[in-house]
Amino acid sequence: MMPAPFAAEGPDAVPPIDVRHLTMRYGPFVVMRDLNFAVNRGEVFVIMGGSGSGKSTLLKHLIGLKPSAEGVILIDGEDFGAADAEERKTVLRRMGVLFQNGALWSGLTLAENVALPLTEFTALGADAIGDVVQLKLALVGLRGFEDFYPAAISGGMRKRAALARAIALDPELLFFDEPSSGLDPVSASRLDDLILEIKASFGTTIVVVSHDLASIYRIADRALFLDIEQRTMTALGNPAELRDHPPNDAVHRFLTRSSEGVT
Amino acid sequence: MHGTASVTTEAAAALAEIRREDDALVAVLSGEWHLERPAPRFAQLMESALSVGPTGARKVRVVNVDASALGIWDSSLLIFLRQCQEYCEAHQIEFGTVGVPERIASLLALARVVPERVVDREAPRLSRVARFGLAGLAAWDATQVAVTFIGEVIQRGALLLRGRVRMRWREFWVVVQSNSSGALPIVTLIALLVGVIIAFLGVVVLKRFGAGYYVSYLVGYGMLREMGALMTGIIIAGRTGAGFAAELGSMKITEEIDALSTLGISPIDHLVLPRVLGLFVMLPLLVIYADLVGIVGGMGVSFAMLDLTPTQFVNGMLTAVQLSDTMLGLGKAAIYGVIIGMAGCMKGLQTGSDAGAVGRSATSAVVIGITFIILANAVADWLAALLQL
Repeated sequence: MMPAPFAAEGPDAVPPIDVRHLTMRYGPFVVMRDLNFAVNRGEVFVIMGGSGSGKSTLLKHLIGLKPSAEGVILIDGEDFGAADAEERKTVLRRMGVLFQNGALWSGLTLAENVALPLTEFTALGADAIGDVVQLKLALVGLRGFEDFYPAAISGGMRKRAALARAIALDPELLFFDEPSSGLDPVSASRLDDLILEIKASFGTTIVVVSHDLASIYRIADRALFLDIEQRTMTALGNPAELRDHPPNDAVHRFLTRSSEGVT
Repeated sequence: MHGTASVTTEAAAALAEIRREDDALVAVLSGEWHLERPAPRFAQLMESALSVGPTGARKVRVVNVDASALGIWDSSLLIFLRQCQEYCEAHQIEFGTVGVPERIASLLALARVVPERVVDREAPRLSRVARFGLAGLAAWDATQVAVTFIGEVIQRGALLLRGRVRMRWREFWVVVQSNSSGALPIVTLIALLVGVIIAFLGVVVLKRFGAGYYVSYLVGYGMLREMGALMTGIIIAGRTGAGFAAELGSMKITEEIDALSTLGISPIDHLVLPRVLGLFVMLPLLVIYADLVGIVGGMGVSFAMLDLTPTQFVNGMLTAVQLSDTMLGLGKAAIYGVIIGMAGCMKGLQTGSDAGAVGRSATSAVVIGITFIILANAVADWLAALLQL
C-alpha cells in the first residue's frame, strides 16, 4: 500500500534533534564520547550533569558553535555540521538561544536587541518590527523597558530580555544554557513558568542545560545525564522516574543531591 | 625497648614526640598548635625516631596518636596529622585514629574523602625538540587563522562594495566619531612635537653646510611622506586598536559574539567591517591634520633658530614637495587604518575566557598593529622608490 503523501510528517517521524555517536573534544582531550539521543518534538529536554561535565559544550555543539569531533547532529533530519552557509542560516533561523548570562548586545537597547534578529531574517518594515518587539518584551514582563540598555537592568531582567530576543522569530527549537544560574529562587521559578508557558502555547521544542534540581523536576519531560567519570551519557528518561529507579550511583547521587551511593 | 625523638619548636608551643613501643609508634601531641608558629613535621620526627631505634627492631606496624595533653589547636595540627596519615599510607602502616579527638578525626576523614579529580589534562613533559616542533606548529596554526581572517574580511569588504553585505552603519559612525574629535588632542601634541624634532634635526645637520634654508624641505618631505602617517598610525594603534580588541574581547567573554553567530549573523559583517572601514576613512583625515600641525611645529623652530619667516618657510617647502608626496602619506594612512582595524578585531575575536585574556588581546593588538604598520611603511617606501614617486 502506498503511504499517504504526508505520512513522513507525523509528530515523531523525524526528531527535531537527533544526535548520533557524538564525541566532543577540547583539543586532544575528550570531553564526552559516543552520545546518542533524540529530542522529541514539543518536549522539554534537559541536559544535566555535574560542573565541568560538558553540558554547555554539548549545547554549543547543538547550536552549531562548535564542530563535532566525531558523529553527527541532525536537525530535522539534516546534518547540521555538513550544511553550507545558506543551509546553516535556514536552520539557525528556526532556533533561539538563551545564553547563560543573557548575552544581550550591550551597545543596543532592549528593543534593538529584540529587533536585530527580525531585521536580519525578515523583510518586515520598521512599524511591524516595533509591534513584534513590544509583544515579545511584554510576554517576558518587560513592557516599558524598550529603551533601556542591558547594563541598566538587573540580571533577572536581562535574562528575560534575552528570552524575548530568543523567541523573537517564534523559533521551533529553543535552547537555554543554565537558565536559573545567577537568579534568586523567585526569579528562577518565574523563568521556569515562562519556559512551560512557551512550550504549552507555541509547542516549541525546548532544550535546557541545567543542574538546578528543583527546576529540572518541574520543567523536564525527559533528561539526559552526562557522567563526568564515564565521559559519556549514563541515563536518559523522566527525571522523577530516574530518581525513583536510578540506573547507577552517579545518577542517584545527582538526583537526590546526596554524596552517598544507593543504599 | 623504647626509642624517643622529639622536636621542640618554642616553649609551650606545638610539641610532638614519637615513642616506640615494640612494633608500634605513638605520636604524643602536646602544647598549643598555631598556624602562625612553626610546627613539627612528621617526616623529620619519623626519621629521627627510626634512627634512634635499635637496629634489627621489628618493622613498624601501626602508628597511634596520643592527644591527651593537647592544648588549643588549628589547621596546623591537621596538617601534621595529614602528613602522618600520608606517610602511613605510603609505607603501608596502619594509622590508628583512636587517640585523635573526635572533631579532628572528622576533619581528617573529610580531607581524605574528597576525591582528587583525576585530571588527565596535564601535558606530558616534552623534550626541547618536541617543544620547538609544537611551537612551530602553533605558529603555523596562528598564521593560518590570521590569513583566513584577513581573507574573510577582504572578501566581505568586496561584497560590501557591491552592496551584497548589510553592514551596521551605526557602528561605523561610532568609530568615525571616536577617531575624529576624540583623537585630536593627542594627535596635535604628537604631530607638533614630531614636526619640531624634524626641524631641529634639519637645523643641526643643514646649518653645517650653510643650507639652513632647506629645513623647510626636510620638514615638508618628512611630515607628508613619512612621519605624519606613521606617528598617527602608532597613536591610533595604541588608542583605537587596543580599544577594538578589548571591546570585542569583552563581547566574546559575555557570549555576545556567540549570540550573533547563532542568529547566522557574521561577526565580520556586523563588527569587523564597520571598524576597519571606519579607520580606513578616518586615518587619512587625521593624517591631513597631523601633517599641517607638524609643519607648523617645524615652521616655529625654523623661525626661532634660523630666523626663517613663515612665508620663506612655506615658499621653500612648496618648491620641493608635490601633491604626490601628500598622496603617498595619505595612501599609507589608509593602509595603516586597515591594519590597525584588522589587528584589533582579530585579537578581540580570538580572546580566551579567563580574566587576563582581554588585557592580553589588547596588548597584542597594539604590538601586532605597530609591527605591521612599520613593515607596511618600509614596503610602501620601497615601492615608491621603484615607481619614483
